[in-house]
Amino acid sequence: MNVALRPAAPAFDVERVRAEFPILGQLVRGKKLVFLDSAASAQKPRAVIDAFRDAMETQYANVHRGLHWMSERTTDAYEGTRDVVAGLINARDRTEIVFVRNSTEGINLVANSYGRGVMQPGAAVVISEMEHHSNLVPWQMLRDAHGIELRIVPVTDTGELDMAAFEALLADGRVGLVAITHMSNVLGTYTPAQRIMALAHAHGAKVLLDGSQAVVHRRVDVQALGCDFYVFTGHKLYGPTGIGVLWAKSELLDRMPPWMGGGDMISSVTWERSTWANVPHKFEAGTPAILESVALAAAIRFVQGIGYDAIAAHEASLTAHALDRLAHVEGVRVLGTAPDRGGVVSFTLANAHAHDVATLLDREGIAVRAGNHCAEPLMRRFGVDSTARASFGVYTTHAEIDALADTLDRVRSFFA
Amino acid sequence: MFDDVRDLYQEVILDHGQRPRHARRLACYDATAAGDNPMCGDRVRVWLRYAPDGSVAEAAFEGRGCAISIASADLMAETIRGRTQAEIRRLFAGFRATLGSGDPAPQPEPADRDALERLLPLGGVREYPSRVKCATLAWHAVLAALEGDAEETSHE
Repeated sequence: MNVALRPAAPAFDVERVRAEFPILGQLVRGKKLVFLDSAASAQKPRAVIDAFRDAMETQYANVHRGLHWMSERTTDAYEGTRDVVAGLINARDRTEIVFVRNSTEGINLVANSYGRGVMQPGAAVVISEMEHHSNLVPWQMLRDAHGIELRIVPVTDTGELDMAAFEALLADGRVGLVAITHMSNVLGTYTPAQRIMALAHAHGAKVLLDGSQAVVHRRVDVQALGCDFYVFTGHKLYGPTGIGVLWAKSELLDRMPPWMGGGDMISSVTWERSTWANVPHKFEAGTPAILESVALAAAIRFVQGIGYDAIAAHEASLTAHALDRLAHVEGVRVLGTAPDRGGVVSFTLANAHAHDVATLLDREGIAVRAGNHCAEPLMRRFGVDSTARASFGVYTTHAEIDALADTLDRVRSFFA
Repeated sequence: MFDDVRDLYQEVILDHGQRPRHARRLACYDATAAGDNPMCGDRVRVWLRYAPDGSVAEAAFEGRGCAISIASADLMAETIRGRTQAEIRRLFAGFRATLGSGDPAPQPEPADRDALERLLPLGGVREYPSRVKCATLAWHAVLAALEGDAEETSHE
């Protein structure tokens, strides 16, 4: 019998992945580092570290300026990252990729350029109750400076968007832009992008997705999503700090005025007036994050080398394991029970404040985030001042989650 | 397990953190102020009632926060009682020296020795720089109350 054997996908070998991250060999307070704070910022693989150093050692000058070999090569590398990013998120055109410092700057760019330059006073922006402050404060500032109304989609007890309320907020047709997280940094919830897009577009609103967390855990295809703007940051994607990405549809970028002025973003300058460079350079004033762009490309290739299918499967398994283990630690309450979620779990422990929990975990080498996670309104929504948050990356192991659960049980006894 | 955090979470801190003695509103008070640490979400409000000589006759607080911040607020309410504004400032300076923040304290005044001894268990935070502000939050609120400063305070 000739049974076609399905070619085995290369098995995900977490130990092989971990070997790529030098920092994971560090001892913390004499204990093995258990790094469960990747949602704040991820650790860096050797490929990223090497790319950063190699660029400084072999290939560095300013970009878009020097008519010399080093500058041309560096420009090629910087612009090459635009292609790598375009491939990562399936942008239709490389010129739709704008480099910014981080997601926060990407959102501020949209608020200041699209918000002030394209949206008219009296229009509304819709955000949700589960936004990071970076996707909240820029819109408050736009509201106060430009007469934009700010509307908030409530979050249900399960930690999901209240889609009926969302639809109601769109009903009067005044919403120009919906700016919503693609995956919550607190609840781990993936928002229903397709439904958001369908509803928003049916009511004439553009959609910005904050992909800071989402792009780390699953493949993002901006054309399939159908969104209008997408932002993410490099440092959560195993890349360097100081570089992030704003993607927007070409026709939107073309209509948007520049936000910051300076070198590199102009076409010509006279005392009377300046004219702008084409997109994306119109939005990239000043010397950009050159080294970081090279390292970002290395990070993206690293992620693609593992593959999003393997990453998503590994992290789904980790998250299920974490939810199961934490459910069996007395006194632990996990925020949000959305079925569609990524590798972020926020929780409280009865009788112990999140900071005390984090300090005790830290004594065992376990790094978690504690606090309001830059999402104060969401904390209030769930009636807590702060939570501890464990978040997972490609290098996280099931044993590390066991260590977290076991140690939490002892933390509970300590404060009992 | 956790033996090495006993320097931070001494019994007196766990005790006052979980069973504070002075956690209540004062129905009659002469001054009040709130302290807020937006970085971690800790909040405290203190109430003071003055004696005729201007010293603090009674202090109380309400707060939400970690064991360190609640224990510190409780021990603060206990130790500032009977002290004048100047004496409370001096005591706070001595306390901050215990925490390894602020200026190193000169030899403490004899009148402060017992109170500083009482506050000494909080000195464990000196090994945890990010937690020093937990221990000082209520004190900053008291200073604001003493100054009649209605603004929310946030320090360190």
